[in-house]
Amino acid sequence: MRRISELIVWPGALWLLLFFAIPLGIIFLISFAQRDLGGLIRWEFTLENYLRLVEPIYWVGPLGNSLVLAALTTVICLLLGYPLAYTIARSPKKHLLIFLVVLPSFTNFLVRIYAWFILLRPEGWLSWGLRMLGMEANLLGSWVGVLIGLVYGYLPFMILPLYATLERLDWALIEAAYDLGATRWQVFARVILPLSRPGMVAGALLVFLPVLGEFLTPKLLGGGKVPTIGVLIEEKFLGRVPDWPFGAAAAITVMLMALIGVSRHFHTVRESRWLG
Amino acid sequence: MARMKRILDRGVALLLALEVCLTYIFLYLPIVVLILYSFSASRYALVWGGFSLEPYTKLLTDPEALRALGNSLIVGIISAGLSTLLGTLLALGLDGGRAWGRGGIEVLAYLPIVIPEIVMGVGLLLFFAQVWRHLGGEIGPLPTVIAGHVAFSISYVMVVVRARLRDLDRSLEEAALDLGATPAQVWRRVTIPLLAPAIASGALLAFALSLDDFYVTYFSTTGGSAFKTLPLYLYALQGRAGLPPQMNALATVMLLASLILVAVALLIQRRHPSPPAPLPSEGEGSRGVRVSGRNSHHGGDRI
Amino acid sequence: MTFLRALGLMTLAGLSLVGVASCGGNQAPRELHFVIWANYIDPEVYRLFEREFGVKVIEENIDSNETLRTKLQAGVTGYDIIVPSDYTVEILIRQGLLAELDLSKIPNFGNISPRFRNLYYDPQNRYSIPYLWGTTGIGYDERYLESPPTSWAELFEPARLERYKNRVSMLDDPRETIGAALTYLGYSVNSTDPRALEAAKELLLAQKPYLARYDSETYDDFLLTGDLVIAHGWSGEFARARTENPHIRYVIPQEGGVVWTDNLAIPKGAKNRDLAHLFIDFLLRPEISARIVNFLRYPSANEAARRSISPEILTDPAIYPPEEILEKLEWIKDVGEAIALYERVWDEVKTR
Repeated sequence: MRRISELIVWPGALWLLLFFAIPLGIIFLISFAQRDLGGLIRWEFTLENYLRLVEPIYWVGPLGNSLVLAALTTVICLLLGYPLAYTIARSPKKHLLIFLVVLPSFTNFLVRIYAWFILLRPEGWLSWGLRMLGMEANLLGSWVGVLIGLVYGYLPFMILPLYATLERLDWALIEAAYDLGATRWQVFARVILPLSRPGMVAGALLVFLPVLGEFLTPKLLGGGKVPTIGVLIEEKFLGRVPDWPFGAAAAITVMLMALIGVSRHFHTVRESRWLG
Repeated sequence: MARMKRILDRGVALLLALEVCLTYIFLYLPIVVLILYSFSASRYALVWGGFSLEPYTKLLTDPEALRALGNSLIVGIISAGLSTLLGTLLALGLDGGRAWGRGGIEVLAYLPIVIPEIVMGVGLLLFFAQVWRHLGGEIGPLPTVIAGHVAFSISYVMVVVRARLRDLDRSLEEAALDLGATPAQVWRRVTIPLLAPAIASGALLAFALSLDDFYVTYFSTTGGSAFKTLPLYLYALQGRAGLPPQMNALATVMLLASLILVAVALLIQRRHPSPPAPLPSEGEGSRGVRVSGRNSHHGGDRI
Repeated sequence: MTFLRALGLMTLAGLSLVGVASCGGNQAPRELHFVIWANYIDPEVYRLFEREFGVKVIEENIDSNETLRTKLQAGVTGYDIIVPSDYTVEILIRQGLLAELDLSKIPNFGNISPRFRNLYYDPQNRYSIPYLWGTTGIGYDERYLESPPTSWAELFEPARLERYKNRVSMLDDPRETIGAALTYLGYSVNSTDPRALEAAKELLLAQKPYLARYDSETYDDFLLTGDLVIAHGWSGEFARARTENPHIRYVIPQEGGVVWTDNLAIPKGAKNRDLAHLFIDFLLRPEISARIVNFLRYPSANEAARRSISPEILTDPAIYPPEEILEKLEWIKDVGEAIALYERVWDEVKTR
């Protein structure tokens, strides 16, 4: 058993090594190079790319924004998604309901962002409504708009693992708790919540990590006014004034940040039973 | 006191129901909008130019859009198949005890989930265009795109299968071994069937991720042929001057297609219900593959 | 078990599909790969070309010069004709990525106006021929403005910006937008003076709170929906928006603006050089160029085409600006090492 299990890992591992690790290595190497006149690579070793990242304009703006947006998105998705996942898990129509959660994702991402353009723009219904309530309606081109777009895009990623965990809860335990005289609140806080923790952790990771590197939503819905590290990286690789080594350094940094964040929950993710 | 508790309970239940309704509305608001605007007569997707079926007729007569859709499906199916295979093997293999390089392979396998896609994409471009060519000459766009897709999908499949593996009742495998089965037989006849729902979830997840992937596909198309998947085609289309309403029409059509597919699957399910699971530990298996399919992560929005 | 079988079948099916597809996908002898911006040509042109020469043109879209450059620099081959902008041509020539044109095979080159020959980036047109050109300026909806803007001040002066708060946009392009600030301040768009750039930076930072967005793709959409009232953008986009809303106008401010060209060029790795030359020559035919102009509303460098271009387009100063204005326009050129200054300014403006 052991020998075969040692062997069968290798096809997948090799694939990853070839098409993932090596490209990553190339990026890592580039991050220590200098920028040439075309924005590409002059192969001379330097640490200046990483040193540049330490400057406030880079970590307060883009890095800070990305972290805050990712955290906020995760929290909001959790708050919105948990009741939904719970209700669906208890419902007799759970399959239909969970399918309805996932259905919007079957359209293309870009098209949905365009739909948010229509909804969030200054002359759109939402803005009109807000203005009638006396509020400033600056949704598009602000971090609020970006947050809405991000929550929208990643809500299913939070709901699904939560649902999977909640759906497989042993209701007998909950019945027992009630029988023992616990209040509704106690049952929730002391039984349901802890049991659903693997789902919450999985959902949180599946939202937080990709949002960190997101660029399309902040760029389009933020109108270039909501700097995130993803937008920065894209500009450095594909913008009018490219700077590949710096973009590479930024990318490696984000990756490291994400890794550090994940490593603490690594154990829980591996143990989690959020899907099956 | 008991009455107050009941009112409180009612209140909570009501609030819950309200939250659920509002969240569904939130999820579907953009969808309603995009369906509406798919009937716009304007050249621009954001502008309402009066009612018209033109976006749909334009869509049907646009060979590039249809070709892109076809490409997306081909790439999706192949990469889903390959990554499910490799990811499952990876999960099974890592499940065994400690062995050489195991820790490293584990970290490697989780990394793609963490990396920003653009990083992967650029790395792949450089890799294929420079390294690969020096080693073995030209290579077409399809293999390179699939290679990239499989690279990130493997991780997701592995995570899904692994999670399920943890839950598995090992006693069955041990019993099979005790009864004289070889390890391969155990896997084939016991482990994998038990894992079937998770493998299906993984496959669906890989398919969905592939369908919506943008950056990895964008950069790994080396050959310069007109190979485009749907996201690529759309992104290039909005390059100089925003999307046209055909794209809303396309999204609406895809939505309809998914609905129809699921309806058909449901009908088939009704006619031929899956046999009940023979094993008591199989909490979900009795409801068949399709159920776990729903529990999977459809519609990755990873661009 | 059925499950694994299904999986296996799926993969097999997919692979066989690939087999079939790649059989048809091998480049047929008479095919041309034309890489160009989306919606930048009249599709009828392809049909006319195919009918006359039996060559099928396969159009591929790319969304930006930088993407094109990245792919060419990374060694992508298989593009036969590309349409890079002026500054990209210069860079590609320097990097040896363009094939020399055999002008003897492009007799219609003679149709190109002398004004658009021997430009700064390709002095003898050895590698490129202008396809279309355009200008960068200010577009607006006249219903919302008291009077047509005459100066960049309209976009930079706080008093005027206040009127357009959250209804104004600038291009999401460091050279264009920093360039606009530099032009307003009286400097060249290619200035390398750190003080000039510092001043431009301050101006842009002061402007930012009033902006709705930095946008290079959808400003025309938003102008049509009324979400934007005034925008920094390219002449042709406004001209096209005008066909849906005649109140949309375009103006080049008195301080000057930017002129640019999109050029036909053949990358080094092209497989069908002769066909490429053929198609370029075809595109330069007066009636074909005219057709494209009438369709796109971008001006062509083709002088001979003028006789077939619709008069309303020829006399539209937004599309064909008069000579006095053309004189004041600048090309955005490579600034060498100073580009780091521009990068810095842009980063500061974008990240604050």
